[in-house]
Amino acid sequence: MCGNEALAEAAIIAGLDAYFGYPITPQNEITAYMSRRMSEEGRGFVQSESELAAINMVFGASATGKRAMTSSSSPGISLMQEGLSYLAAAELPAVVVNVMRGGPGLGNIAPSQGDYFQATRGGGHGDYRTIVLGPSSVQELVESMPLAFDLADLYRMSVVVLADGILGQMMEPIVLNGGESDKRPKRKLPPKDWALTGAEGRKQNIVRSLWLKEGVLEELNCKLHAKYKQIQKDEVLCEQFEVEDAEIVVVAYGVAARIVRHVVNTARQDGIKAGWIRPITLWPFPAEQISKAAEDFKIFLTVEMSCGQMVEDVKLAVAGKAPVLFYGRPGGGVPTVDEVLDNIRQLTLPAKKG
Amino acid sequence: MIMETVFKRTPTLKDCPTHYCPGCGHGIVHRLIAETVDELGIHGRTIGIAPVGCSVLAYDYLDVDMVEVAHGRAPAVATGMKRTNPDKIIFSYQGDGDLAAIGTGEIIHAAHRGEQITVIFINNAVFGMTGGQMAPTTVIGQVTATTQQGREVVGQGYPLQISELLAVLPGAIYVERCTVCNPAKIRKAKKAIKHAFELQAGGAQGLSLVEVLSPCPTYWRMTPAKAMEWIEKEMTKAFPLGRLKG
Repeated sequence: MCGNEALAEAAIIAGLDAYFGYPITPQNEITAYMSRRMSEEGRGFVQSESELAAINMVFGASATGKRAMTSSSSPGISLMQEGLSYLAAAELPAVVVNVMRGGPGLGNIAPSQGDYFQATRGGGHGDYRTIVLGPSSVQELVESMPLAFDLADLYRMSVVVLADGILGQMMEPIVLNGGESDKRPKRKLPPKDWALTGAEGRKQNIVRSLWLKEGVLEELNCKLHAKYKQIQKDEVLCEQFEVEDAEIVVVAYGVAARIVRHVVNTARQDGIKAGWIRPITLWPFPAEQISKAAEDFKIFLTVEMSCGQMVEDVKLAVAGKAPVLFYGRPGGGVPTVDEVLDNIRQLTLPAKKG
Repeated sequence: MIMETVFKRTPTLKDCPTHYCPGCGHGIVHRLIAETVDELGIHGRTIGIAPVGCSVLAYDYLDVDMVEVAHGRAPAVATGMKRTNPDKIIFSYQGDGDLAAIGTGEIIHAAHRGEQITVIFINNAVFGMTGGQMAPTTVIGQVTATTQQGREVVGQGYPLQISELLAVLPGAIYVERCTVCNPAKIRKAKKAIKHAFELQAGGAQGLSLVEVLSPCPTYWRMTPAKAMEWIEKEMTKAFPLGRLKG
């Protein structure tokens, strides 16, 4: 099973009621897999006429209280931003998988992390956020799916699973059904009493995003903001390795973090005190963990498959307490172990001499 | 004297003041939908979709579960709803800007897939909510905020006959154009709307659409009475009434 198929099966196990999607490389395996499996399961599947339609189909299914998702890759995710903004305003749960490719424009079909800004800043118009998960293995991709649906239902908002062409295409051994490695406690989810199910024996339910009366939208914005603050407090996930005594801390997520793991192990063997921090939730961002690491003077190196996007969040978290440097390759380029290692050697060289 | 009630509000139509302009057709069509829902006894399993446009607040008048969606996307939203709730009656209520301009792709593909939904399409030949700009359905010579010399064919095109366009698709099982410009025509429109809902309730395999030529006296710069006359005399030339399919 490739990453794309694995995440699709994980979504089905997580109780997906309907999948809507439009073909785009490098995530076509998801749509193909769903077309077969969802009909086997007797659940909803539509190959939509566009990404605009797909995200609005998700909106419709979600408004009735069903678990719905779509998947796409970068250019298609751009088309979905209108829908994501409306989902945020209507406080509807949704799961969106972005198997990132090179951009801007049609770009290419190679792996990239160029959509970090779009994903972590909301993406569409208006004052909102989406939860963003950045898995770095096929197993983690699988575990992201039930988590994404739970978080979406719990907070009534969109959760973006931010993968890339490598994760989507590669094969790794996985444990389905939540995975024994997933030790996170099961969440108690609130009832969907807001859902449109037909007003039988109750008052009419309305799902809306237009608030013309003075002050009402401001109130909604503040309510959303309070929800986002709560998420930043409760839902940050990140992993770190040998940060305590490190002179250089490498920050990376997703596939880039796999490269960094290898780089840091090699650097340690060479006597360089290196460690790494891997954000798993890209929003909420593990700012506190990074800020804590910056208290002892260290050098931070952010490694991304872009010209530098997450590095801005690292800088915000470090807040001038330490230098934050960047190494990345955009447009489908993947940083090699040697390239990152050379960067680390150069950065730690003066310290060694001294 | 013994008083007898011969006409009353139907339960699914809320008892509240309207925000629509005097002489607007939305109120009439809302009532026809509400009557249909009550007569068919489907109130408890009906979900409506309000568009972007003057009727964005349709849920303030129609007492069923309703959602307000992005401009033109109602048929996609309806698809998501119906595919996950085949036992529910899903209808969208869309104006000409919503359905015939920005949402052309969504309505064509929902019909093309044969979605089992009902679409009420209000054609008043103008964008009402944004201040009376040209719609794809604006008739030749009609003065609007963006066709100040009157709509011309060169550069602005012909009135878009979206119902004719949809009627050729096998997935659209019922398409009828009607109007609410006089009591007889209103009764006919009611029949069409009821039929469209009945088809869905009966599990018919495909999309049903009723186009309603509806007055906008405000942006036609006419009295309500003149607007009704204009529909009958002018608008029906570009948009002939009748059953196009089914």
